[in-house]
Amino acid sequence: MDASALLETIKSKHPKTLLGSQDRFGVLEVSVDRTGLVDVARTLRDEPELAFEMLIDIVSIDYSQYPEWRGDRFGLTYLFKSLAKGHRLQVKVLLPEDAPSVNTLCQLWANANHLEREAFDQMGIRFVSHPNLKRILNHHEFIGHPLRKDYPITQRQWLSASQSLMDEMEPRLKEKGYT
Amino acid sequence: MGMTEVPYFTTRVDAVAAWGRKNSLWPMVFGTACCAIEFMAVADSVFDLSRFGAELLRYSPRQADLLIVAGTVTFKQAPILKQIYDQMPDPKWVVSMGVCASSGGFYNNYCTVQGIDQIIPVDVYISGCPPRPEAILEAIMKIQHKIANPKTTPSAQFQVKEPHFDY
Repeated sequence: MDASALLETIKSKHPKTLLGSQDRFGVLEVSVDRTGLVDVARTLRDEPELAFEMLIDIVSIDYSQYPEWRGDRFGLTYLFKSLAKGHRLQVKVLLPEDAPSVNTLCQLWANANHLEREAFDQMGIRFVSHPNLKRILNHHEFIGHPLRKDYPITQRQWLSASQSLMDEMEPRLKEKGYT
Repeated sequence: MGMTEVPYFTTRVDAVAAWGRKNSLWPMVFGTACCAIEFMAVADSVFDLSRFGAELLRYSPRQADLLIVAGTVTFKQAPILKQIYDQMPDPKWVVSMGVCASSGGFYNNYCTVQGIDQIIPVDVYISGCPPRPEAILEAIMKIQHKIANPKTTPSAQFQVKEPHFDY
């Protein structure tokens, strides 16, 4: 399915949530209102002619020092791919600075769990009803979100103890059948 | 050493102990990045670390007396490195291998320690990104020289005035 057919299909399913669309280096990007993200994502995954069974990446963007930017401060770009149909799609969500939160996609794609934790850790974006929203790359004692433009890049933080990961490991072992 | 007359010679106990220590260093590699790959080349048959008696790589700090920190140390790793250094029995020596371990290298950012001498004392620094195997061999020889000549080499190890860990 090419870009115009993709856009028509999505537009017919969600005429109200779709805010706009543009071509990003040959890949269609649709802008979506953040309240309707989960509905759009469910359509993308479950509609047989769309069949986006793969969530490739979630990119978080801080537009605060972006030249000539008038939109909200934070942005999320979801990259989807359909293995069955061979087409790709980007979904763009803008989030305001005072409450950068959006609903989680964990229930649709399992790998969204770690991708959203990374966006939370590095950029401070809250994912509502995420099952385990805590830091994934930085230490649990770390203060701030280092990929935000207002975080000084050389501001280093000494940490007192190494982090035990058993709080994640033990449920995982139980889930796999090791007691 | 004259073996013609009498079958013995005299020396000092600390000299014998230093001779034994310098010819049987047991290194432990704290390998966190590409420097650890380069260290594997030092241990192989081409460069052959065992020529210097340091081929017995230990992966338990309690059995090692030479800590080779090979690679970038992040702030998340810093308490682990300190704990490993504390677990090594005395006497112990530390080699900081490569620019990342020595000064942070080009990782001038929020997550990288700017030199492991902010955490633990260091005896020998190796420059390079990564260093040539010959540089690592020279560092081993410098450590051996330091062990054998405690009076002519600085006994104090390099460390910043106020390290961040005191536990």
